[in-house]
Amino acid sequence: MERNGIGKYENYITLGALIVVMGSLPLLLSNSYHLSIMAFIGINTMLAVGLCLLMGYAGQVSLGHAAFYGIGAYTSGILTTTFKMNPWLAIGVAAVFTGVVAYVIGVPMFRLKGNNLAMGTLGFGIIVYIIFVEMRDWTGGPSGLTGIPSLSIFGFTFDNDLKYYYLIWAIALLFLVLSLNIVNSRVGRALRSIHGSEIAAETLGVNTNKYKIQILVVAAMYASVAGSLYAHYLTFINPQPFSFKLSIEIVVMVVIGGLSSVWGALLGAATTTVLSEVLRGVIPQFLKGATGEYEIVVFGIILMVVMIFLPEGLFSGSVRIVKSWRREKESKQRTVDETAIVEPSSVVAEGHLAVEDK
Amino acid sequence: MRNRIWFATSLAVVLALLILALGGCAGAPAPTPTPSKPVATAAATPAPAKASPVASPAASSKTEPAASKEPYKIGALAAVTGPGSSLGIPERNTYQMLEEQVNKSGGINGHPVQVVIRDTESDETKAVLATKKLIEEDKVLAILGPSLSGESLAIADTVTKAEVPLISAAASIMIVVNKDGSIPKWVFKTPQSDALIVKTLVDHLKTKGYNKIGWLSVSNAYGDSGTTEFQKLAPSAGLNIVAKETFAATDTDMTAQLTRVKGANPDAIVVWSIPPSAAIVSKNAAQLGIKQPVFQSHGIGNKAFMSVAGPAANGVVFPAGKLLVADALPDSDAQKKVLLQYTKDYTAKFGADTLSTFGGHAWDCFWVVADALKKSGPDRAKLRDAIENTKDFVGITGVFSFSAKDHNGLDNRAVTMVEIKDGKWVPAK
Amino acid sequence: MEFYQQVLQYLVTGVTLGSIYAIIALGFITIYNVTGIVNFAQGEFVMLGALIAISLYKNQVPIVVAFVGSVMVTTLIGAALQRIAIRPAKGASTLTLIIITIGASITIRGLGLITWGPDPYSLPAFSGDQPIAFGGAAIIPQSFWVFGATIVVLGGLYAFFEWTLLGKAVRACAINVSAARLMGISPSSMALFSFALSAGLGAIGGVVMAPMTLATYDMGSMLALKGFVAAIVGGFTSTPGAVVGGFLIGILESMGAGLISSGYKDAIAFVVLFLVLFLKPNGLFGGRDTGRGGL
Repeated sequence: MERNGIGKYENYITLGALIVVMGSLPLLLSNSYHLSIMAFIGINTMLAVGLCLLMGYAGQVSLGHAAFYGIGAYTSGILTTTFKMNPWLAIGVAAVFTGVVAYVIGVPMFRLKGNNLAMGTLGFGIIVYIIFVEMRDWTGGPSGLTGIPSLSIFGFTFDNDLKYYYLIWAIALLFLVLSLNIVNSRVGRALRSIHGSEIAAETLGVNTNKYKIQILVVAAMYASVAGSLYAHYLTFINPQPFSFKLSIEIVVMVVIGGLSSVWGALLGAATTTVLSEVLRGVIPQFLKGATGEYEIVVFGIILMVVMIFLPEGLFSGSVRIVKSWRREKESKQRTVDETAIVEPSSVVAEGHLAVEDK
Repeated sequence: MRNRIWFATSLAVVLALLILALGGCAGAPAPTPTPSKPVATAAATPAPAKASPVASPAASSKTEPAASKEPYKIGALAAVTGPGSSLGIPERNTYQMLEEQVNKSGGINGHPVQVVIRDTESDETKAVLATKKLIEEDKVLAILGPSLSGESLAIADTVTKAEVPLISAAASIMIVVNKDGSIPKWVFKTPQSDALIVKTLVDHLKTKGYNKIGWLSVSNAYGDSGTTEFQKLAPSAGLNIVAKETFAATDTDMTAQLTRVKGANPDAIVVWSIPPSAAIVSKNAAQLGIKQPVFQSHGIGNKAFMSVAGPAANGVVFPAGKLLVADALPDSDAQKKVLLQYTKDYTAKFGADTLSTFGGHAWDCFWVVADALKKSGPDRAKLRDAIENTKDFVGITGVFSFSAKDHNGLDNRAVTMVEIKDGKWVPAK
Repeated sequence: MEFYQQVLQYLVTGVTLGSIYAIIALGFITIYNVTGIVNFAQGEFVMLGALIAISLYKNQVPIVVAFVGSVMVTTLIGAALQRIAIRPAKGASTLTLIIITIGASITIRGLGLITWGPDPYSLPAFSGDQPIAFGGAAIIPQSFWVFGATIVVLGGLYAFFEWTLLGKAVRACAINVSAARLMGISPSSMALFSFALSAGLGAIGGVVMAPMTLATYDMGSMLALKGFVAAIVGGFTSTPGAVVGGFLIGILESMGAGLISSGYKDAIAFVVLFLVLFLKPNGLFGGRDTGRGGL
């Protein structure tokens, strides 16, 4: 399956390399600020990978993904503070609960198509946010929920950024593996058929709704675990981080990374998180006394420029560039003999360019 | 493809020019007073009352240039962008102004001060990252801010683990009192807690004989905290909340909520929010012909409220720090001198209508730390102890006396009732 | 105050709010119809319209001139946005273009903060602040301006699309791009035109609402959200649909706040809208179905 631009074995090689890199990275980054950025990249990756499955493979947009993240965070937070539940158990309960919520809203939601689906998910996100704000007795209202315990297991407490870094990335990589398996399974093929043409898929006997809901439940559970980890990492939550703004940011991460591969989600999450931190350090050096205002302006411009130059996202975009570069090199070597052969992927790319000329 | 490159380049160029142009514009209010600047800064050495914040000894005894010694690095977090920007920007301005003033007058014990300011984007996650950057990379001695309660609570765990003193510029009492009633060792704050402000308001309402209160609040941490305190204090003062409504900070019309409140026929209406929503409520109340007096919160402590609420602002009474009515204070008031000096410095640098109590909180954060640094030297633990032992420090918000049991250090002298009369703040009768 | 008077007041408020949402929704569908892009920077056009007019007015420009000037400047900004950011990404998927508009919205908002600062601004009401009593409810004169602007814009758009050659060309692009191109219509010019028009509409909305809602650099996000929902309820392609969608949301919101709970008002509005969508999946006024799960 060449759809991502990279094959199955390349996926596992990349994964192996990633595990080695992530495992040894703390040797270079002893500083807790850097570890903390990496930890948030891990959390964002969990969110983005789930949404990538939903948008990239099942072709269903969601403008309310932050809601699942918030449900996970609040369920964990409430269970561990008000009910003194074991945090690990609470993470599990939260994930199951979020999965159930996703299933219950997924059934009617996927009757909607196109923009209506976008509005449906957006509305769901806003309703959940309002519940966080208004149900003070449970959630602490807008002031938030304090005193959420740190995680610990068998006397081993996750009390610093290094420990959280390993925990979060172990789970994020697990989700990546799971997602790769889903993509390369029967479900994955069915999903791609939905993305191609839902009507055609249905004609061929694919129960599209069933698969869409399954993916929604998986994505929601990823987000829930991410939310629980966020809550235990910060030990404080309020409704603000789970608003519509974050839902949009997750969509941006997924699209900027590239919808066609779960690797794109990782890349997108990493890029947006690192970019805003880098700007924070770099901008004041260029404009003396400049703070936030200039950072968001430059962030917006970079976002536009990336999308203009790499419309298919960073991942597929770079794969395309590397391939065409390799092809150039190869064709130089082979000189005369095989000039006529054009790789199928480039035809697709050209064809794509011609479609929407607006 | 060439087309694409061409346009993207032009995009970058146009926007870069735009930024520069706008940067010039935005800077415009600041450069105006440049000629008078040396004068302003000379006087700026905050003519201190008894707990003189500025290192006048350092400045006078040795005229050693500040730059010769290792600088003291202090971190500052402000919500420069996002929904908290009307708080964050005056705070950021104040930090920048004070850094300049202190360094001009010889620094702290001869050490220049460097304030590293980071934007939190009004976002908890960004605030945590910015805090870690300040601690790990900038190696700051203490952190001032952040602007919002949620951000302060989100970073409390980080500063506690890293053992860095934090002096928050946010309101909620939860910042300096843990759930179990204990006091977080490393966290302080300078703004008056809502408990203190609400107490003053409740007393005022009671003396005026308003018993039935219609309550409207914004549905964020600010409004929530005010509501909680009011519900706690009102019954004991014999006040009865006859209607309780909320609105979102971004709502553009509160007529529906006010109609409900009006239907409950209260003696007075209290609005707990910040502009623009606070101003829209006042305007809507006038439009609906509501005759009852409208009280607001200290969230309207800047000119923006008056300028956008127009005639509806007239007669609005609200509890606030003394900064807004500094002129009218008796000369015996300990704070008067400091308040007038800050007003003069800030408005000279940033324009006539830019003064706000939020910048005042930042002033307090900065000077509490600077003052403590003088005694403790560059050591985080000693600095924390010095802050905790700060007594009778005359600030903008009030006179601070911290202790192991009180990390806010203010009493009810820090709040006064202010009335808006013909575009001016006057003490309410 | 009698109960029916209260309900009447909620209705008046709802219609005023609805007019604001409707005019933003019209901006959304103008771009969507031609290009298929949901323009996330629509709210920023509204913000620019309001704040540029206020800046001009503050510099002693008469209000009428400030109004027209601001609409023209914003129109140019809309056109520039299409030329610098959307057109170069030609061939990109619709979703990519939508992300570009998100980038544009972040950028414009940041520039707005740099230029105008965080504080709110206001314009004086066009014809006074004295409310008009209407069966026990109070209506402020500015509400008529907002309502009137919405109706005039709706009528103008309708006349333009039905009766002018340019309008027909725009519609042709909306229906079938390739066929339109064969007819000698340039889809690229039409896209440029739709961005300019939509920015102008947003600016008109921004100026007429500024005396009521006040204007801040970040007013756009919430307004765009509500306008987007209004457009969808109306089917996202129909101009009358967008207006009806706007009124529906405005009235639901104000009735919800007044009769049920102000904290849950947006949730109430969304629940009702869900029911509408389940009963009429293509929106109130039909419209084409993209048939896919994307935007």
